[in-house]
Amino acid sequence: MSCAQTFADYGLRSIGYGARLLPKEGYDLCQQAVLIGSGMIWNLYFGIVALFFGFFLANAVALARASGNPWLRKPAEWFVFIFRGSPLFIQFFMFYETFVLLPRVGIDIPLGFATITVETGWLTKAWAGAMVVLCLNTAAYTGEIFYGALRAIPKGDLEAADAYGITGWNRFRRIVWPTMMRLAWPAYTNEAIFMFHATTLVFFSGFPAFQQKGDALYYASYFAAKTFNPFVAYPIVAAYFVVLTVLVISLFGMIFRHLNRHVPQNTRSRLKYRPQIIR
Amino acid sequence: MFSSCADPKALEGLSWFLCYLTTGKHLLFLGSFGTVLLLLAVTAPVALALGFGGALAARSALAPLRWLGRVYTAMVRGVPDIVFFLFVPIALDQGLEYLRHRVKCPDWTEPIRKGSDFVVCPAAKLPLSSAPEWEHQVYAFVLAVIAFAIVFGAFAANVIHGAMNAVPKAQLETADAYGMTPRQTFRRILVPQMWVYALPGLTNLWMILIKATPLLFVLGIEDIVYWARELGGSKTTGASAYPHGDWRVYYFFVLLCFYLGMTRLSEMVFARLYRRLSHGQATLAGEQMRKADK
Repeated sequence: MSCAQTFADYGLRSIGYGARLLPKEGYDLCQQAVLIGSGMIWNLYFGIVALFFGFFLANAVALARASGNPWLRKPAEWFVFIFRGSPLFIQFFMFYETFVLLPRVGIDIPLGFATITVETGWLTKAWAGAMVVLCLNTAAYTGEIFYGALRAIPKGDLEAADAYGITGWNRFRRIVWPTMMRLAWPAYTNEAIFMFHATTLVFFSGFPAFQQKGDALYYASYFAAKTFNPFVAYPIVAAYFVVLTVLVISLFGMIFRHLNRHVPQNTRSRLKYRPQIIR
Repeated sequence: MFSSCADPKALEGLSWFLCYLTTGKHLLFLGSFGTVLLLLAVTAPVALALGFGGALAARSALAPLRWLGRVYTAMVRGVPDIVFFLFVPIALDQGLEYLRHRVKCPDWTEPIRKGSDFVVCPAAKLPLSSAPEWEHQVYAFVLAVIAFAIVFGAFAANVIHGAMNAVPKAQLETADAYGMTPRQTFRRILVPQMWVYALPGLTNLWMILIKATPLLFVLGIEDIVYWARELGGSKTTGASAYPHGDWRVYYFFVLLCFYLGMTRLSEMVFARLYRRLSHGQATLAGEQMRKADK
């Protein structure tokens, strides 16, 4: 079978297009690279969507943590402690089992004038259930990063804002928030890389791969189990992730330069890649 | 375990739970917490030693050794660690079996990789297929520990390498001026002062190591995740003397609390350790302590 044919069959296998069955013979390099690459679609989907929603949630968490009101601060502190203090792997299991326990027919919410039925079945699927966990998890880690940056905003910047009569929402939008982003960005870059790496855990942690639609590592372990040869499939995953990491670094580096465009050239710090490993 | 548990159907409330939680399988579950702690206890020093070696190699004057150190520390970056956890045990297992195969069965002519199979002669199997079950368990655990140590050693090497560079140059130059040899400077000045710079990074690494332990489950070890899934699943009256519904979520809640407790405890221990190490150091924390003592 030619490589083009393999690509047509398995290029979009992870989202349900192409051949129905996974390859049962051959297991050549082309087959492995194509199928594992198709699995990367899931990793990209999980990483990008979780980072997007997590970003907004993290801003809320950071502001709540810095708030003087204990009713806001305490829940935010507990949220961060629980999601940063426990393994993501356990969180996946825990949420999955909770979602499974939800009634299959949905939950009825009486609104007085009408009753709406909230469907819950979709939460046990990986695309939604794992996404909830990843969003909350990245929100906790990112919230902590943003909180640290918020506390590191130079006092002079705030005093200058006061002197100009910029207060309240205006001060936050024009002074505090941009500075917070600028200070937090290098650490946030690492968090983003780390988030993409964490997406490989999804299909190893309770969430079933429906019709064998899984992520890159899912297919890699499939090949490793079939061929008893870890020296091909895993290096392919590793290569894909190295490329992904480089892409993330260059994209975030562009944003970092944009955030720093007003800072004098010689005092700019460079974006450094210091990965964390696991959560 | 208790004699009062002989007839589970007659039990009520608290005594039912006491009996339920002390069945043979639950004792294995409790024992698997020991497995996790053992993994931490073995991996942490080995990874630290590997990291120290890696950092030394990366500083070495000998070029090949330096490259080896650099490659080792760079190896784990950019790739999800779970890939290494899946890769290293299989690769090690096949490597060891291959070596034993070459030694024990020199007249075996068939190829080892037959299509999609990995075949070595029966005498080279690790552990032997006739070995008792516990040997297989221990072997799998040892492979897991090696995988953890290699991955975390690379990160520790990174941290320690940075810490060695962070020791103020003036300290080393003073040692030189007093006529110490490079070896003496290293042992008496660099290493004792390095730890305070390495500690924040190593603390972080320890927290990450704690949170990586559930991955033992992925490696097929009967750890706490395995037992939580096994015991929590719903049990019917026929299959078990203690029938219950789907309790996995409660089991995982216990695991969550276990990990949160471990994290909290480690935070407290490291805070104390940091205070002790800062004593008399040329850092901000050390200076504050000196002023407070006066």
